[in-house]
Amino acid sequence: MFAYVVKRLISGVLVVTLVSMAIFLLFWYGPSSPAQPICDRETSNRCTQTKLAVYEKTLGYDNPVYEEYGKYVKGIFVGRTLTIASNDYECGAPCLGVSYRTKQPVKEELVSRMPATFSVAIGGAFLYLLFGVPIGVAAARRRGTVADKALVSSFLFISSIPYYLFALLTWLYLTITFPIPFFSDTGYFSIAQNGPLKWFGGLFLAWVALGIFGCTQYTRFTRGAMVEALSEDYIRTAKAKGLPTRTIVYKHGLRAALVPVVTIFGIDFGTLLAGTIFTERIFDIQGIGYWSLQAVQGRDLPVVQATALFSAVVLIIANLLVDVVYSVLDPRVRLS
Amino acid sequence: MTQDPNTRAEVEPTEIGANAAETGERRLEDTHDVTADHEVPIGDLDFAAVAEHGHVAAERDPDAPAVLTVDNLKMYFPVKSSGLVRRTIGQVQAVDGISFEVPKGGSLGLVGESGCGKSTTGRLITRLYTPTGGSMMFEGQDLAKLSNREMKPLRRDVQMIFQDPYTSLNPRHTVGTIVGAPLEVHNIVPKKQVIPRVKELLEVVGLNPEHYNRYPNEFSGGQRQRIGIARALTLNPKILVADEPVSALDVSIQAQVVNLLQDIQREFDVAFLFIAHDLAIVRHFCPEIAVMYLGKIVEIGDRETIYSHPHHPYTQALLSAVPDVKQAAVGGRRERIRLEGDVPSPINPPSGCRFRTRCQFAQEICAKVEPPLLQIGKRHKVACHFAGELGAHPATPVTTEILGVDDQGSAVPGATPAARLSIPGYEKTWYDLDTKQTAGA
Amino acid sequence: MTSIPVTPSSAASSDPEGPYLQVEDLQVTFPTQDGPVTAVKGLSYSVAKGQTLGIVGESGSGKSVSSMAVMGLHDAKSARISGSIRVGGTEIVGLGESRMRSLRGNSMAMIFQDALAALHPFYKIGKQLEEAYLVHHSSASKRDARRKAIEMLDRVGIPQPDRRVDDFPHQFSGGMRQRAMIAMGLINDPSLLIADEPTTALDVTVQAQILDLLQDLQREFNSAVIIITHDLGVIAEMADDVLVMYAGRCVEYGTTKQILTAPEMPYTWGLLSSIPDVRASTDARLIPIPGNPPSLLRPPSGCSFHPRCVHSDKVAGDLCSTELPELLPASSGTAHLRRCHLADPVGVYQSEVLPEIAPELVEETR
Repeated sequence: MFAYVVKRLISGVLVVTLVSMAIFLLFWYGPSSPAQPICDRETSNRCTQTKLAVYEKTLGYDNPVYEEYGKYVKGIFVGRTLTIASNDYECGAPCLGVSYRTKQPVKEELVSRMPATFSVAIGGAFLYLLFGVPIGVAAARRRGTVADKALVSSFLFISSIPYYLFALLTWLYLTITFPIPFFSDTGYFSIAQNGPLKWFGGLFLAWVALGIFGCTQYTRFTRGAMVEALSEDYIRTAKAKGLPTRTIVYKHGLRAALVPVVTIFGIDFGTLLAGTIFTERIFDIQGIGYWSLQAVQGRDLPVVQATALFSAVVLIIANLLVDVVYSVLDPRVRLS
Repeated sequence: MTQDPNTRAEVEPTEIGANAAETGERRLEDTHDVTADHEVPIGDLDFAAVAEHGHVAAERDPDAPAVLTVDNLKMYFPVKSSGLVRRTIGQVQAVDGISFEVPKGGSLGLVGESGCGKSTTGRLITRLYTPTGGSMMFEGQDLAKLSNREMKPLRRDVQMIFQDPYTSLNPRHTVGTIVGAPLEVHNIVPKKQVIPRVKELLEVVGLNPEHYNRYPNEFSGGQRQRIGIARALTLNPKILVADEPVSALDVSIQAQVVNLLQDIQREFDVAFLFIAHDLAIVRHFCPEIAVMYLGKIVEIGDRETIYSHPHHPYTQALLSAVPDVKQAAVGGRRERIRLEGDVPSPINPPSGCRFRTRCQFAQEICAKVEPPLLQIGKRHKVACHFAGELGAHPATPVTTEILGVDDQGSAVPGATPAARLSIPGYEKTWYDLDTKQTAGA
Repeated sequence: MTSIPVTPSSAASSDPEGPYLQVEDLQVTFPTQDGPVTAVKGLSYSVAKGQTLGIVGESGSGKSVSSMAVMGLHDAKSARISGSIRVGGTEIVGLGESRMRSLRGNSMAMIFQDALAALHPFYKIGKQLEEAYLVHHSSASKRDARRKAIEMLDRVGIPQPDRRVDDFPHQFSGGMRQRAMIAMGLINDPSLLIADEPTTALDVTVQAQILDLLQDLQREFNSAVIIITHDLGVIAEMADDVLVMYAGRCVEYGTTKQILTAPEMPYTWGLLSSIPDVRASTDARLIPIPGNPPSLLRPPSGCSFHPRCVHSDKVAGDLCSTELPELLPASSGTAHLRRCHLADPVGVYQSEVLPEIAPELVEETR
C-alpha cells in the first residue's frame, strides 16, 4: 500500500510537470506575443511594437523557452523576483507568478480565494450526497413502481438541462422573480468578517443549485448501483439468515453499492474543489473558478497558468485518494 | 469452474425459435449427410428411433497415427512482486512438462480438478498462450515455436470450442457473422459463398439454416453451444480442443451436444482434445484419458485401464469421489477414498511427487524424487513410486531401479538412471510391475 | 390431487408428530411483462426430520422456486403463493414478515450453490456467521457469537478456525467457502436445511468432502434436508426420497430406490439415459431428451412433457396432448407416485429403455 502510494505520487508529480510544461508552451507559442496582454493593459491599449519589445525583454520572452521554463520552475521551489515594466515584484516560493491585473503574487490570491470555492464545493457536495444517496436507495427498493419511474424520468429531465442554464434559472427565479429576502444577496462573505449567518445566506442559493443538480445525478448513480447490489446472491443469503429488511438493504446492499458511488464522487469532488466556474460566476462568489474566468477574459496569463496547474494537482490527489479509499472499501482490491 | 445452468433464471421463458430448430421440425431435402444422423424428427417421436441417434461410448482406432504430439510442454506464468519495482518473484507452474499424443480422428480426454492445468493445456495447443517450453508437433510443424504470423494458416486446423455459450459469442453479431467470420479472415471462399457455407454448417450442427441472421440471445444455451461448434467447424479443422463443452448446459441438453460431437468426429474425422472435469462424460467420449494434477500428467492410458484399473492414488481418489447413480439400488453412500485439504499452490508446488501432501501412501522417497511417468502396460503410464491397483499398492517403491535410487530416494552410487523416461506416445515394451522386468506384447 | 400424508420412505413407520416439512398443493406465480408465469403448480411433498429429499429437474422446472417459497424468499409484492407449507406445524403461507423472519435462518436454513457470490465480499467470514447467530439470539454477546462462529467453522472442518474466522470470503478456497456457507446455515441448529445445488460448482473430490460433511451434520443435528440438484449420482447417494419436477409440476415421487431403479415416467428415463455413468457398460447408449425445456409462459397442453416424450405413441389417441395425467400411485408401491398416461411403464422400461441405457443390468435380471 505504502509503495503503491509512493508510486502513484511519483507518477502524479510527472503528470503535473507535463501539465505545467504544456501550459507554459501553449502561451509561449500562442498566436500573439505573451507580452501583448500586459503591454495593452499598461499602455491603455496603445501598445506599439517598440513598447511590446520592451515588455517582452523585461518578461524574458526574448530568452530561449527552456531557460524561462527553468526560471518558472525554480520560482516555484525557491521564489524569484519578477520584473514587469521596470517595476520589480518580489515573488516568494512557491512562486506562481504575479498577476498582470493586480500585480499581486498569484499564490496569495489563490490562497485567499480557496475558502470561497471550498465552501461552495463542500456545501454543494454535502447536499447532493445527503439527498441523492437516500433517494437513490429508496428508488432502487421500489424499482419498477410508478413512483420510481416518475422520479427517474424527472431527474433525468433535470440532469439533461445544461448546468449553467439550470444555475442561471435558479438565480433568476430566486433572486429576481421571487426574491427570498435573506438569501438573495448571493456571494461569499467570510465567516471571520461577516459571521456565519451572512456566510450561509450568501452561499445558500449556490448550494441549492449545485445540490439539486448533483442530487439528480447521484440519485441515478446510487439507484443503479443499488439495483445491482440488491440482485446479488449475498442479498438472498442475508434474507435467508432472517435479517431484518433494514439490515439487508443498508448493511449488505448499500455497503456494496457505495463503492462505485464513492469512486465517482471522489473525482467529482476534486473537480468542484478546483473551482466551480458557473456556480461562482452566476452567484457572484469570488472563488477560484470565477477568478480563472476573469483571468481568461483579462488575458491574465500567470493566473490562467496557476489555476490550470492547481486543478491538475487537485485532480491527481483526488484520484489517488479514490483508489486508496476503494481498496479500503473493497477488501478484494489489492493496491499494487 | 462450471456454472450451473439449472439455477439460471428459473422463470425465464424459453427463447423464441428454440423449439423449431432444436426439435428439428424442419427437414430440408438437400441436407448434408450428418444431419440425418442426429436430429430427431418431432413428428414421430418414437423411442427406438431416438435411441438410434444415441451413441455408445466412442471406440479407439488402434491404427490411427498421431495428429498432435505434445512433448514436455511447459507453461509458467510469472508472478510479479508488489512494490515500486515489479520484479518477477516466482512462477505459477500451470503446466509443467506434459507429453501426450492425440490420434488422428480420435480423442484424448484431459481430466483433473480446477487448477490442474488442463484448460491451460488447451489454450497452449490453440496458441492462445505461447508455451514456456516443450514442443507441439502438428503436421511436421512445431506449434510451440511458430510466431503468431506463422501460426495463422495453422489456426484453420486447430480450433477451439469454449465452455460458456453465453459469453463466448459476441451478442452484437449475427450467427451468420460469427460462423462465417473465419472464412473471411482466412479468405477461403469468395464473399458470395460465405452464406451458403454458413447455412450448411448450421444444418450440420442441427440448427435451422434460415436462422443465420439471428442474434445469439435468441437461442437457448444448447443451441448457442451448437453455434460455437459450427464456428469451430467452419474451417474444417483437423483437431478440436473442446474445453468443458457441455458443463454449462442442462443435463438433458448435454447428451444432445455430446452426441453431436460424436457425429462430427465420425463424419469429419476430427481429432478431439476433450477437456472436462466430468469423469463420466470423458469416459463416454474418449477412448484414451490423461489425468492431470497440479500441472503434471499423473496417469494416462486407455479407458478400460484408467477407469477399471487405475494405478495412481489420485486417479483412484478421483474416481471414488464420483457419485454413482447405481448406488440407489444399495442405499447409503459408497466407501470412498477421502482426500483431505485442498490442492497446494502451483507457485510453490511440493517437492518430488506433487500429490504426496494428500496421498495416504506417501513415503520419504516421494518428497525427494519426482516419480517418472512410467509405462507399465501396453497403453498405460503412471507417475507414482507406489503404483498399484487399489488395495494392492506395493510396500516398496517400484521406481528405484529405473531412477537409480534406494527405497528412501537417496541416489545409489554407481547406479545409472535410465536416460529418458517420458515420451509422448507408448513404447512397444514396458516395465512390468509384477515381474519388475521389461515386458512387451 | 392425491395428498401425501407421510414421506414415501417412512410410509411404514408412523411418526406421531408427522413430517417436519409438509408442502401441499403449492402454486407459485410471478407476473412478467408477457403475462403471469406459474413456476410451480400443485406441488405436494413432505420431509421428516432425519430424512433427505432430493429434488431433481432442469432449468425452469421449479425446483429452486418451490424451495425458495418454503424459505419465504420470494418478493411478497410480486410472487403469488397459494397452497400450504407447514414447517414444524406452523403454516407459513400468508405468515407475517416478522414471524417469517424469526423462522428463517433459525428453524430453517438454506445453503446456495455459488458460495463466492452468496457470501458478502466485503465482510469477514466470521462477521457473517456472527450476524446469523446474533439475529436469532438477541441476548447473546458479540463474544459469544464469535466463539460460536469459530466453533461452527471448526465443526465443518476449516483448519485453524480461530485464524480463518477473520478472513474474507475471497481468501478461502471454493470448498472452504462452501463449508463456511454450511457453517452459517447450521449455526442456529435448524430443523430444516435446504441445499440448493450445494456442490455443483465444486470439483469431484471437494464435492465428496462436502457431501460427507452434510451427511455427518444431518446425523448429528437430526434435521430434515432437501437437496436440489441435477446430478442423479448425488441424489442416489444422499437422498431417501426423490421428487422429479418438470415444468413446475411433480412428475414422479418416491423413494430413491424406486425412482432410480424402477422409474415409471419417461422424463425420469430420459434423465437417466442422458447422463453417462462412470461405471456403466461402455455399450450403454447416451440417449438425449429431444428438444428444450418448455416455456412456462405457454406451457404445453395436456402432459407438459408430451412434446419431448418418445413414448407417447404407446398411449392411445391424443390423450397425452389433451389431458394432464394425474399423479397416481405407481405399480411398485403406493408411496411411489407418477404422472403419466402409459398403461404399462414397467414393461416399456424393462423391455425397451433398460437394454439401451444399461445393457449390463438386463443381463443380471435375466
